[in-house]
Amino acid sequence: MSDLLSKLLAERDWLMADGATGTNLFNMGLSSGEPPELWNVDRPDNIRTLYRGAVDAGSDIFLTNSFGGNAARLKLHDAQDRVAELNRVAAELGREVADAAGRPVVVAGSMGPTGEIMQPMGNLTHELAVEMFHEQAEGLKAGGVDVLWVETISAPEEYKAAAEAAALAGMPWCGTMSFDTAGRTMMGVTSAAFAALVEGLPNPPLAFGANCGVGASDLMRTVLGFAAQGTERPIIAKGNAGIPKFHDGHIHYDGTPELMAEYAVLARDAGARIIGGCCGTMPEHLAAMHKALVERPRGPRPTLDQIAETLGGFSSASDGTGDEAGPARERRGRRRG
Amino acid sequence: MADEDDEIILSELSDDELVLQMHDDLYDGLKEEIEEGVNILLGRGWVPYDVLTKALVGGMKIVGDDFRDGILFVPEVLLAANAMKAGMFILKPLLAETGAPRMGKMVIGTVKGDIHDIGKNLVAMMMEGAGFEVVDLGINNAVEKYLEALESEQPDILGMSALLTTTMPYMKVVIDTLKEKGMREDYIVLVGGAPLNEEFGRAIGADAYCRDAAVAVETAKTFVARKHNSMGA
Repeated sequence: MSDLLSKLLAERDWLMADGATGTNLFNMGLSSGEPPELWNVDRPDNIRTLYRGAVDAGSDIFLTNSFGGNAARLKLHDAQDRVAELNRVAAELGREVADAAGRPVVVAGSMGPTGEIMQPMGNLTHELAVEMFHEQAEGLKAGGVDVLWVETISAPEEYKAAAEAAALAGMPWCGTMSFDTAGRTMMGVTSAAFAALVEGLPNPPLAFGANCGVGASDLMRTVLGFAAQGTERPIIAKGNAGIPKFHDGHIHYDGTPELMAEYAVLARDAGARIIGGCCGTMPEHLAAMHKALVERPRGPRPTLDQIAETLGGFSSASDGTGDEAGPARERRGRRRG
Repeated sequence: MADEDDEIILSELSDDELVLQMHDDLYDGLKEEIEEGVNILLGRGWVPYDVLTKALVGGMKIVGDDFRDGILFVPEVLLAANAMKAGMFILKPLLAETGAPRMGKMVIGTVKGDIHDIGKNLVAMMMEGAGFEVVDLGINNAVEKYLEALESEQPDILGMSALLTTTMPYMKVVIDTLKEKGMREDYIVLVGGAPLNEEFGRAIGADAYCRDAAVAVETAKTFVARKHNSMGA
C-alpha cells in the first residue's frame, strides 16, 4: 500500500494520534451548541492552531475538524448544503499544517456518527447513511486527507455504512467505536464482536479500535478485549482524559498529563499501535504521552488489576466478553415463535 | 408440529399469568401481543389504570432494571418501548376518560446543537411507561424553546439531554436563564447524556443527573413525591 499511514505503520512500532477537538476549540472561544465545523471557514487560524497543537506535541496523526460534518448533523445549523465545502477546507488546513511539519504527519479525515438510528430500529436507511458518509468522504478526499477516520460509532450497521462509503471514495480508512455502556457500545456491541465485525468487512480498515467512552481504564479493558481476539490488525486507542467536571464556567477533564502518560504506555503494552486521546486531551497531555512513549521501555501486557491500580477502577464489573459474560435474566421459560 | 403445542393462547391465561406473560412480551418487544394483552385485560373488566401500572409499567420496570444493569442495550429497549407505546395508545384515551391519577408532567428535549435523541427518547418512553405525561420538544432546543414550553405546559419536571461534550455546557445556559428569570425553583431539573456525570449535574445547577432512563424514572418519582410533600406541609 502506498498510503502514508500504511507506510508509517510498516516502519514504526507505535504511532501517536492527536487529542481532543471540542475541548481545545472551547478554550479558543467556541460556544456550546455551535457547530465546530463552521470554524473551518470562519476561523481558520483557530483550526490551524488546533492542528499545530497536536503536531508540536509529537502526534504522527491528527484528525480534521469534521466530526459532525455529515448532512444529518449539519442540517441542525441549516448547513447541510455545505458538507463538501466544510470537509474540504478542514482537510486543506490539515494538509497545510502537516506538510509544514518537517516530518511525515498523517492527516486523518474525521467522520463521526450521523446521530440517527438506522433501520430496523430507527428510520435511517443503509443507502442514505452510505450516501451521507460518501458525500463527506469525497469532501475530505478533495481537501487532501491521507486516510478517512470514522469514529465514535455505536451501531454495527453504521460502521458498515461508513466502510462502504470509504470504498466508494476509494480511500483507505480507520474506524473506531465508542464503548460507553457497561463496557459495550450503546447498541450493545462488545469488543470481541467488533473485532469479528471488522474482519468480516469486504474492505476492512487499516486499523480499528476504541475512542471516547467513559475513562482511560474502561478503554484499556476494551483494547485488551481486541487483543484477546488475536487480531493482526493494528489497534487504535483514543481514550478520554478522565471524566468531565465543571469549574468556573469551563469544562475540565480530571485526567492529568501524568495519568495520560501512564495510559499511553499501558495502551502500547496492551497491544495498541496507534495511541492518542479523545475528549479533554490537550497538547500538554499529548506532550507527556509522547515523552513517555519515547522514553519508557515496552512492558508485558497489563492485567485488568494493574490497569485499575494505575488509571482507576472500571465503570462496570464486566464488559460482556470472556467467561464472565455479565449478568443475565432468568426467563419464565416459554417463548412464542 | 410440537411447537404448536407450546403456543401460548393469551386469552386462556389467568389474569396473573397474563400479566407475567405481558412482562415477558414487553421484554421481547412483541407489539401485537401487548396490544392483544391490553385488550383482553380491558375486556375482563380491568380499569385502564391497573392495566397501565400492573402490566405495562411493571414490565417496563424489568426492562429498565436490565438496561441499568447492562443486560439489555439500546436496540432491545427501543423494541420494548415500542411495544409499550402500542399498549399506551389503547389506554391513553381511556385513562383520560376515567380520570386516572397522574404521576406528573415532564417537558424534555435535547439541547441546542445536539442532534442525538436516542437517550432522550428512551427517557420519554420510560417516563410515559411509568405514568408520567411527557411533552417532547425533540432535538436542537435553544433556551427560548425550553422557556416557551415551560410557560405553556406548566410541567413538574424539565429534562435536558446532551450527548456531545460540545453541547453539554448548554444545559448550564438554560439553567442560568431560569435562575435569572426567577423560575428555577418552579421546576425539577433533571439532566442526562453519555458524557455527563453526577458532579457535572450538580455544578451546572440541576437537581439531579440521571445516568440512564431507568434512573431518570426513579429520580423523577422521588422528586415529584418530595415536591408534593413539601407543598402539603
